[in-house]
Amino acid sequence: MSLLDKIKSMDRNSNAYTIIYSSVMVIVVAMLLAIASTALKPAQTKNVETEKKIDILRSIGKANGVEHAANKYAFVSENFNKYIPEQLVVSSKGDTITGVVAFNVDLKVEMSKPIEQRNLPVYKAKLDDGSIKYIIPLRGRGLWGPIWGYIALNDDLNTIYGATFAHQGETPGLGAEISTPEFQEQFRGKSIFQGDSILTFTSVKVLKGGATPNDPHGVDAISGGTITSKGLESMLFDCLVAYQNYFEKEKNSISHE
Amino acid sequence: MSEVKEKEPLFSAKNLKLLTEPIDSRNPVTVLVLGICSALAVTVKLKPAIVMALSVIVVTAFSNLIISLIRNSIPNRIRIIVQLVVISSLVILVDQILKAYVYDVSKQLSVFVGLIITNCIIMGRLEAFALGNKPWPSFLDGIGNGVGYGLILVIVAFFREFLGSGTIFNYRVIPIDWYIKNGGFYENNGMMILPPMALITVGIIIWIQRSRNRKLIED
Repeated sequence: MSLLDKIKSMDRNSNAYTIIYSSVMVIVVAMLLAIASTALKPAQTKNVETEKKIDILRSIGKANGVEHAANKYAFVSENFNKYIPEQLVVSSKGDTITGVVAFNVDLKVEMSKPIEQRNLPVYKAKLDDGSIKYIIPLRGRGLWGPIWGYIALNDDLNTIYGATFAHQGETPGLGAEISTPEFQEQFRGKSIFQGDSILTFTSVKVLKGGATPNDPHGVDAISGGTITSKGLESMLFDCLVAYQNYFEKEKNSISHE
Repeated sequence: MSEVKEKEPLFSAKNLKLLTEPIDSRNPVTVLVLGICSALAVTVKLKPAIVMALSVIVVTAFSNLIISLIRNSIPNRIRIIVQLVVISSLVILVDQILKAYVYDVSKQLSVFVGLIITNCIIMGRLEAFALGNKPWPSFLDGIGNGVGYGLILVIVAFFREFLGSGTIFNYRVIPIDWYIKNGGFYENNGMMILPPMALITVGIIIWIQRSRNRKLIED
């Protein structure tokens, strides 16, 4: 108490008072924020995970109704467990890497590594009719920040079943259009390889001025969103190119079954 | 009541004025022209605008209250830093709570919650009011200024969402068949989604306000 009184009687403009004041303030504030951050962490992590699951489900068209679900978390985890029975991590050689959980792979870290060292997550989805889809996560750069998405392939590992893209801060009405269903719908039925040969990886091009309706490798770019469109195109190429060997192995194993 | 020293009622005329003045004649956005940056950024849709408005109200009210409570102990030389610490801790708290409980809105607001720290309204009220007034009036002043800011945000967001997306609170008000792509005659105004139209909308609000209240017009 005497110490407090001593401080109280100090000259408000002295250096000692200022230093004591700021130290106490910083400690109090740091403690408060640390407590708040620890207490809110579980709820925040859950949100991030649920968001990721929604994105994955969206690529196979199974996230409809999530906005109106009474309990979003329950809805998402139920559908995720129902439709995504298997997830695995592969290397660029196509081998399965054990000991890594696909869902926890941070694509931002993986994309900065050389292709040979990347952990490549694959989500295998099983739809109601029993067909298998392969969902590949994507991450790249738009105009203002990161863009990401998921692309679902049919079990020929060539034709696109569905795609979903999201972005952090692309220009509204221009680049941000990549997250609209109209843009994403274009990818359905496009193919990433030429013909049947697995060695002719071509990805999907985002074409300015519009793609011809029958082009199996092209979709319409967004007017006024050239850099985002280009970013999306290179994201598709950079992410999918690493999976070539896996696709080939998987395709062989399916045809031998 | 009568024998003790005349105590000011909680909502005396003077205190009420603190609450109502910033909404109209001393509005931080349209009269003092503070906090314009975030008013442009978060007003594309109504929902983020309202969450932003509430966040700012909470931060202005409580930073005013806290600074007013400790105003006699703050060393004068570091008072700006002390104010900043109070504001930023409150903003971080708000940001964390939004991330935990309204994640989708917090994603839309992205950096702008963090940027409440640099919102001139808050710092301005702390310097101009909270440092020299008792906690209760300071708290009211904070709420008043927060509401004044939020009101403009909501008005701007209403017009931007209505004309730019044809929705209100994400509910479609312009029927989908009216659109040209569905064979109708209507097209959303893409300009409304971009920041310049927010500035023009704020400008129109200022125009209406000043033609109604001529005292606000500077010579």
